[in-house]
Formats: sequence, C-alpha cells, structure tokens
Amino acid sequence: MSLVFSGLMEYHLTTPIPPEELKKIMIGDIVYLTGTVVTARDEAHLKALELHKEGKEPPVNFTGIGLFHCGPVMKKNEDGEWIVVAAGPTTSARMEIFQDEFIKTFHPGIIIGKGGMGERTAKACQEETCIYGYFTGGAALLAADRIKKVRDVFWYDELGMPECLWVFDVEDFGPLTVTIDTHGGNFTEDSKKNIAANRDKILQELN
Amino acid sequence: MKDIAQVVEDTAARLLKISATILPTEVKNTLIKDEAETSGKLGKSQLHAINENVHIAETQSKPMCQDTGLVAFFVKIGDKFPIRSEVKTALIKATKKATSNIPLRPNAVDMFKGNTKNNVGLRGYVPWFYFDLVEGDECEIIALPKGGGSSNVGKMKMIPPGKGIRGVKEFVVEAVAAAGPLGCPPYTVGVGVGGGEDMCMNLGKKALLRPLYEYHEDKQIASLEKELLQILNKLEIGAMGLGEGSSVLDVHMEFAARHPASLPVGVVISCWALRHAGATIDKEGNVEYHPQ
Repeated sequence: MSLVFSGLMEYHLTTPIPPEELKKIMIGDIVYLTGTVVTARDEAHLKALELHKEGKEPPVNFTGIGLFHCGPVMKKNEDGEWIVVAAGPTTSARMEIFQDEFIKTFHPGIIIGKGGMGERTAKACQEETCIYGYFTGGAALLAADRIKKVRDVFWYDELGMPECLWVFDVEDFGPLTVTIDTHGGNFTEDSKKNIAANRDKILQELN
Repeated sequence: MKDIAQVVEDTAARLLKISATILPTEVKNTLIKDEAETSGKLGKSQLHAINENVHIAETQSKPMCQDTGLVAFFVKIGDKFPIRSEVKTALIKATKKATSNIPLRPNAVDMFKGNTKNNVGLRGYVPWFYFDLVEGDECEIIALPKGGGSSNVGKMKMIPPGKGIRGVKEFVVEAVAAAGPLGCPPYTVGVGVGGGEDMCMNLGKKALLRPLYEYHEDKQIASLEKELLQILNKLEIGAMGLGEGSSVLDVHMEFAARHPASLPVGVVISCWALRHAGATIDKEGNVEYHPQ
C-alpha cells in the first residue's frame, strides 16, 4: 500500500485568502503564505471562544488569515520593539477539542501547525472552507526568518509569551503541506492507516 | 594552574551551545543526502526546510529548534583527574549559565512548584548524569539535550524471554510505528536490551551517541541493527510523517546481560535533530573539543 495524494501543486496565497482559492487546494499541495498570521495555542483558543459567547469579540479579525499553533520565543530589541527568536509549530492535536468551534466562529483561512489534526477539524474545514497546513516540526528558525514584522501583541500580560496572540506579517511563510483540504480529505489519518498496514505486514514477515 | 572546576563549567556551557546550534556532521550530511535522494515532492520539501533551518542555526549560532530539550550529560572521569564531585557542581552551574546566555528554553518543570526557569530541577535529578569511572587523568563530557516530542514516543517493555530476538524486533517495529508522525521524523532509534527495566532505557539513550552508520563491534548485533534499519524504513513514515523520504536514519543497539526471567527492551527515539557535543579535558585543564 502506498499513499495517494490528490494534489501536488504549489500555491502562493495572500491573506485574506478568498474561499474560492481555498477550494482549489487539495491534500498534498504545498502552500506559501504572505500576509497576516496570528499565533494561538490552547489558552488563546479558549479565551477567544469565551469572549464570543459573552457577546464580545477578540482583538483580531481571523477571517481568511493564518492561525498558527505556535508559542514563539520573542525578545525586545534595543529600540524596545518585539523581534522573533524562534517560532516553530507546536503539536496541533491538543487544539482538536475546540478547533472546529473556532473555525465555525472565526473563519480563519488556514490553520498552521504540526502533526496534523483529527476528524472534527477536517469536518469543520469542509463545512466552513478552511485548510490545514503542516509546517516542518522543529524548523523554528526558518519560520522566524519568514516573519517580516511583529505587528501587534494581545493578551500578553494575561496569558504570557507562548500563549498570547502575536500578530505577524509574513512573506512566503512555508512550505506548508496541506493535510486537510476543503473536500473532506485528511492526509494524516490516511498516513496513520498506511503505517499500521505496513507494520502488520512487517510483523507477519518477521523471522 | 588553571581552575579545573571553572574549565569544566565553561566547557560544558560551550557544549550545550554547540549541541543546540550545530548538528553532528554525519547527521547533517545524512539529512542532506536524504533530501537529494527523496523523489517525492512532499518529503523533499520537508527535508529541504529541515536542512535550511539547520544551516540558519549554524550560521547565525541560534538553537535549531525552540525545544532545546531536557539536558543530560555523559561523563567519564579518570582516576587521576584532579576533581570528582566538583564536576557535578560545575555541570549544574554550566546548565544555568547556558540557559540564560544562549538562551535555552527553560524546560525543567517541578510538578508542585512549576518551571524552575533555569533547566535545573529542584530535587537534584535534572540535568541527568551518566557517570563512568575510567583509567587515566582525563575527563570526557558529552552533552545530549533531548526534545520532548520525540521523548514522548519512547517505549519500554518487559518481553517474555521465550520470544527471544524476534520479540525484540517485533517490539521495536511496534514502537516506531506507534511514534508515526508524532516525534518529528526521520528518526534515529536507540535500542537497549537486557539489564533491567531501568537499564534498558539508559542503554537505548547511550546508543544514540554512537555516530550514524558506525555499527556495533559485535557482528551479530551489527547485523541486527542493519536489519532493523531496513525493515523500519518499510513503515513508510517518511519525513514529518508524510510518507516520503527516510523514516529512520539509523538504528543502534546496546545489549546487557539479562535476568533469566526477564527480557527488557527500551526504545529511545530521537527526532531529526539528534543533538550532542563532546569534549575531553586533561588534568592541566586543556580542552579538546570532539569534531562536531
């Protein structure tokens, strides 16, 4: 058994990404993103959703932009401006429990992280026209290199450096391998099944 | 006369910096070769990103991953090396110093009091030390920081001894398959067999220090390492779990004698960033860094 990719195209997208652009993209395609990317880990997801329930809105409009599962290492330069030291992706699976609700509420264009996400997120991506882009795990400096400006930061005092919302201007941020598309495809699940099938075959043939 | 304790501290701090920023040459070359040999676009793009990232880390002298790991030192102290217990104190100081100077991410979390912010545990176990007493008048120090993602997919099992070597192979295959995309592959796998439930994991970690493609001096073990490398790559995990490129760069094994009733197997998995750096200090305090 080997894996089959629907797509193998390369796209350079600019935020806010129009839904019709997102619909062209298939699992296995590679995306480079230019425009706005906002970091959010567990606590930022929770806080944004809670605010919405109270009838308030978070300080960022997430529509069509990149939502980055990342707790960056930041420091201030001599002029007191924030700069990015390292900004690799964190494991997205932790966000699976509320990612679908977040997508339905705030409509980001692309979720960026590592390790892939589950069926709930894939379903929300199909219904709400969103994709998931897998950034290379550990490639923290490459990510930092593609972040051209730290535009804003919100909730820093309350949530701390790794958990708060960092608003970045990025240029050709990637490569992001699309593992969830708007057509119900979820490459990570396919890959897990492939590995399990290969494992069973190896164990059968073992001396 | 140099202050030997200070030399040990400065050397260890430098080893932490080297290991965080520069991959051992053979690991770097293997990843570059894997990118060149991977025909699939997905695997190639992931490996290209890894290699570009490694290059930025080395040229800008910055940690290659935001997870700079939990710190461990492998130390061999010669009978005539001037200091002993002071080595331990110096390594702890070096860890604190390196954490603020490089900087390293503070990764030592106390279960009751939270993050210690300096990579040194409150209860004396972190950094973790593997001390060995040897002949001679030198002290060898190897720093091996290890990231959380790949440590989370490590596994240990007490196999029925009746299953023998085949049982060992089965468990290694199951452990690496279960790791799948989670620990940032391509992996290097260290396997410890025998000893006891604790020793097999220690041996697995120690096995990671052997340079890639340098196989065990015992031919039977070497042949098992090569066989496992070949079959683990049939799992098709690929770079970052995307099914293309190598799943495993190399497999190293260490064997200890086992209790007749036990067959402990420890599988220690490293992410693509197999980071370590070493140096040898002589009794005068002259330092020779091992080629990275």
